[in-house]
Amino acid sequence: MTQRYGAAIGAAQPSHGQTVIHPERSQWCDVAAQARADGFEQLLDLTAVDYLTFNAPRQLPEDIKPERFEVVAALISRQRGERLRMRTQVPADDPTVDTLFDLWPSAENLEREAHDMFGIVFEGHPDASRILMPEDWIGHPLRKDYDIGRIPVQFKAASNVR
Amino acid sequence: MTLIEKDDSAASVTPAETSAASLSQSQSVPAPSLGPVAGAERVSQREPSAVLRMSETEAAAIGGDLDDPEDDELVLLNMGPSHPSTHGVLRLMLELSGETVLRSKPVIGYLHTGMEKTGESLSYLQGGTNVTRMDYASPLFNELAFSLATERLLGIEAPERATWIRMLMCELNRVSSHLLFMATNGMDLGAVSMMIYGWREREEVLRFFEKVTGLRMNHNYIRPGGVAADLPADWRDDVAELIKLIEPRLHEYDTLLTGQPIWRERLQGVGVINTAEALALGATGPLLRSTGMAADLRRDEPYLFYDQVDFDVIVGSYGDCYDRYAIRLNEIRESLHIVSQIIEAMPSGDYRIQDKKVTPPPRARIDASMEALIHHFKIFTEGFKAPPGEAYAAVESPRGELGVYLVSDGTSKPYRVHVRAPSFVNLQTLPHLMQGGLIADGVAIISSIDPIMGEVDR
Repeated sequence: MTQRYGAAIGAAQPSHGQTVIHPERSQWCDVAAQARADGFEQLLDLTAVDYLTFNAPRQLPEDIKPERFEVVAALISRQRGERLRMRTQVPADDPTVDTLFDLWPSAENLEREAHDMFGIVFEGHPDASRILMPEDWIGHPLRKDYDIGRIPVQFKAASNVR
Repeated sequence: MTLIEKDDSAASVTPAETSAASLSQSQSVPAPSLGPVAGAERVSQREPSAVLRMSETEAAAIGGDLDDPEDDELVLLNMGPSHPSTHGVLRLMLELSGETVLRSKPVIGYLHTGMEKTGESLSYLQGGTNVTRMDYASPLFNELAFSLATERLLGIEAPERATWIRMLMCELNRVSSHLLFMATNGMDLGAVSMMIYGWREREEVLRFFEKVTGLRMNHNYIRPGGVAADLPADWRDDVAELIKLIEPRLHEYDTLLTGQPIWRERLQGVGVINTAEALALGATGPLLRSTGMAADLRRDEPYLFYDQVDFDVIVGSYGDCYDRYAIRLNEIRESLHIVSQIIEAMPSGDYRIQDKKVTPPPRARIDASMEALIHHFKIFTEGFKAPPGEAYAAVESPRGELGVYLVSDGTSKPYRVHVRAPSFVNLQTLPHLMQGGLIADGVAIISSIDPIMGEVDR
């Protein structure tokens, strides 16, 4: 893997038998473009993880600095029957990543969802709007500091609301 | 049916001309080149469609010249979210020139209930009850993907019989899901009697599910480590009966629909997509296979014991709605073929792993053994812990690749549950498929993507 994508990806390590690479955020698009040229013709999935309250050691290569957010993309090469997962660290004070839309248009909805749920901004995305939540919603529900809300229920005394 | 005959003059309106006219006042967009551009480029070059989600106030502010007759030619039409042919609560914004759809934008989220967030507060054993409600037409696939991801984290493998049971149930679920598609596809296109037939046969499959799992839907039957219960003693007879019942009914569908000129006229050449475009838009499942690409995870990355059964991957050649219909119809046959092989191959043995950390002990052991009591108590109060790490597991659901991405921080609840829902991604192809077609074809196209909104919105 390192020969294929250069040193920019951190030490490629298997995670439960699947190949994972860790590109730097600044090289997210470059590494993705290399992967696409390398035959990974489909972007299957893109999501994010908020590691704010993660209580276990982060299993990252030594040269990768852990940050609050992580953007995860799953690629597949149908010809070779190979899968590749790309994970990049995104700091909380500047949650921006370049969009993968130009490489794989399938990133459109997936990045909108990650933006909606985590507040990560995908630079260059053609339609960076909320997708699942109402457009005037405040906050990003899948962040770990976003509490699970409760809706007051009629005929339930307020003191009984769990 | 004469109403929906293709009008060549309407179809020949080039997208470049119309979009330039509609957008000239709001924003300047480079006119898409009309040359033969390869699929991915063509898809990524289509105009940004965000302009369609403008509020009425904004639209009024931009204005428009009332005296300009050109302005009247394009109509923005809202379709849904409560529309009988949108399979739930899918809302579409359509830009129309006459009856021709130019641009469209699916608006989703009406069924969003934060299931991924909920999953973070449920233990691995409870997680199945959550994910099973996502794709409610094929719940067992959600459970399977979740269980496989959990097992990957735990580093365990379900026993042989459990794996065969999982395969049996999933293939029957594929049958019931595709039968539901047959029903709704027929209903959407005016073959209303098909709706009754499809639901009728599906109910027979669900009756078997009820016998095995206790519920018609949302079973929570496939669990990390195996399945919830063994098959009933006479399951072979039940399944054989099912196959005997459904196979001839499929021939009836053929008579009713497949060879029928009205049905063909309605579907052939409608909603065409090619392989490059489907790949670029992330399409999987019958949508991708209809373009001629034999992409099926059961064949490409055999999970469970799919490498031990014989089946065909059904592909289309035109990438139109008719291909997608025919693929699903024949996939029912292939699934029944697999099921008949499973009847022969089913071994005896455990239906769940004999790992006391994961599987609760049998009731009788609790009275006899202190250890068993402790394990039982721990599993149902705290749950079992998964070692820290992350794992992705994918299965071929009736709609495409259904993947579950789990992150564990070493506790008994997943730190993050993400579901790669095939309908969510497949829905992106909708604006592409609908462009240049008629509204009536749009209904056929939505139907042929077969989206399940519970899984789109999660």
